Amino acid sequence: MSGPSSQPATGVPATMTEDLLRPLLKTSWSFYLLVAVLGSIVLLGVGAFAYQVNTGIGVWGLNWPVFWAFDITNFVFWIGISHAGTLISAILRLVNAGWRRPVTRCAEVITAFALMIGAMFPIVHLGRPWLFFWLMPYPTERQIWPNFRSPLVWDFFAISTYLTGSLLFLYLPTIPDFALVRDKTTGWRHKVYGVLALGWRGTTKQWHRLESAMQIMAIAIIPVAVSVHTIVSFDFSMAIVPMWHSTIFGPYFVAGAIFSGIAALIIAMAALRKFLHLEAYLHPVHFENLGKLLLMMSLLWGYFVFAERLTTWYGNESAEMSVFWATQRGAFAPLYWTMVVCNFVLPLSILSFRKFRTVLGCVIASCGVVVGMWLERFLIIVPTLSHKYLSYSWGSYRPRTPEILLLISTFGAMGLLYTLFSKFVPIISIWELKVGEQPELTQPHETPDVAATLWRTHP
Amino acid sequence: MATPAIYGLYDEPAAAQRACTALKRAGVEEREITVISSEPFEAFEFSQRDHSLLLFRLAGIGGLVGFVLAVLLVTGTARAWPIDVGGMPIVAWWPYLVIIFELTMLSAILTTVVSLLITARLPSRRKDMYDLVVSDGKILVGVPMTAGRPADAIRQALGAGGAVTIKTADFQN
Repeated sequence: MSGPSSQPATGVPATMTEDLLRPLLKTSWSFYLLVAVLGSIVLLGVGAFAYQVNTGIGVWGLNWPVFWAFDITNFVFWIGISHAGTLISAILRLVNAGWRRPVTRCAEVITAFALMIGAMFPIVHLGRPWLFFWLMPYPTERQIWPNFRSPLVWDFFAISTYLTGSLLFLYLPTIPDFALVRDKTTGWRHKVYGVLALGWRGTTKQWHRLESAMQIMAIAIIPVAVSVHTIVSFDFSMAIVPMWHSTIFGPYFVAGAIFSGIAALIIAMAALRKFLHLEAYLHPVHFENLGKLLLMMSLLWGYFVFAERLTTWYGNESAEMSVFWATQRGAFAPLYWTMVVCNFVLPLSILSFRKFRTVLGCVIASCGVVVGMWLERFLIIVPTLSHKYLSYSWGSYRPRTPEILLLISTFGAMGLLYTLFSKFVPIISIWELKVGEQPELTQPHETPDVAATLWRTHP
Repeated sequence: MATPAIYGLYDEPAAAQRACTALKRAGVEEREITVISSEPFEAFEFSQRDHSLLLFRLAGIGGLVGFVLAVLLVTGTARAWPIDVGGMPIVAWWPYLVIIFELTMLSAILTTVVSLLITARLPSRRKDMYDLVVSDGKILVGVPMTAGRPADAIRQALGAGGAVTIKTADFQN
């Protein structure tokens, strides 16, 4: 890592390109160790899934009346985490927040991988996952045409659109960096990065087209991201089921998704900062700014929970109150209050005070939020399914080992994919960082010679 | 077909701008001057000439096409295989709006990417004007040497900007 002496006044070291390409060009033993550990965790999940496919879905704790539990919780949770990246990155791009530059790619990667992991769970959840293609909306030989009135079909369209858009949103600004790596490498790396760079040269026309495309993508991806989690909430709120059939679910889910997404981003950035020695690029101010966003989302989340709970309590409808009390003081109360502490009390206690909005403080709050948001998804699904309208149909749910292993393996998969990505692609956008370092030429300290060349000075 | 070109390499965008200005004064058309850099320099005149709203317009058209196709898909499917759900309308606009919205946005996004690739001439395997030192932060300003163009005047103009190096090479035109 470069020392402070090599830093120019603008705050980024002169060795920026070398620093950010080092993880791609040099591999340490700790990388292999990390991949081995994370790969083993993923293999645990693969083993659990193989056992489930071989034995049948009865190996899970699912039973009447609770047919959705860990798997659908994981689905909603990971789709929520995916809101970290593309949405936040797009908003920061559109408002031209200067501090976004080292953050955007770290965030966009989370979206791509979280969506892949989340979208896998409806397939894992199928009794016969090898027939997953029956989920796709196409007319079949059996004359079963897609029913576009089903929220599950909406999921397919929304997630496919968001995944496609997010992957492109991630790839496009990476092209100039691929070109940089192409020029800095030889052998197989030169060939592979040459293909990925698509023959990019960096002409003024190419830069304009790329920036226009990124602007359009940012404008398009924000409503798509909002629609995705709204539509995931429709999976629940379109059903006449206690505490699901609520108009607040759309914005409540979107807010929760952004909330958990920011938390995941903070954790990922802290890990990158530590393991790739990116302290000179991911500054405490980035964590402080994201910490403020997390604090704001925590307050928003608290507002939504309060509004939802108060409305239910005030209505005093018997079926809803069964679910309500099951979470407030019944069997699910320990999980519920843990969720409140993780999502509201902990972030507020830490992030309200500037002196605690440090890297460590933000990471602690974020870890709490990730746990709390997973619990929130679980508490939306299971208490309701186990307390439906008629008490004879009440039941309970307890997860079994394969489900728990699958849950753990999703975190391993996220870590593994993120580690591999940061090994092969610059995890911080080098060219965007360079643009951020360009001097503000409209400031008084500019030289007259430079000022004379400014197009804005020409009539 | 290979065409010889002369180009200068510059440390600073201001120097590249001076070279561009000198080239124009020497009678070179603006569209014939190639500027290549490892980052965009929005504040300089040489960076402004290729501004266009083309991509925005194409994205709008793409979105419109996606919208029409989505409407045809959902209404056509519903009418081809009508499913009566509790007397609800066969063509149910409220739920169909979700599909129509997603396909509209998907079409706009895909159109944007395809338009970018076509207008930026990507992917390209041509041996276009380029120098590896661009990746080190140098800015390339070059001109193809077409018949009758005075090489000395071009070299002088490139040198006037304060070029670190002036080179000649063959590139595809």
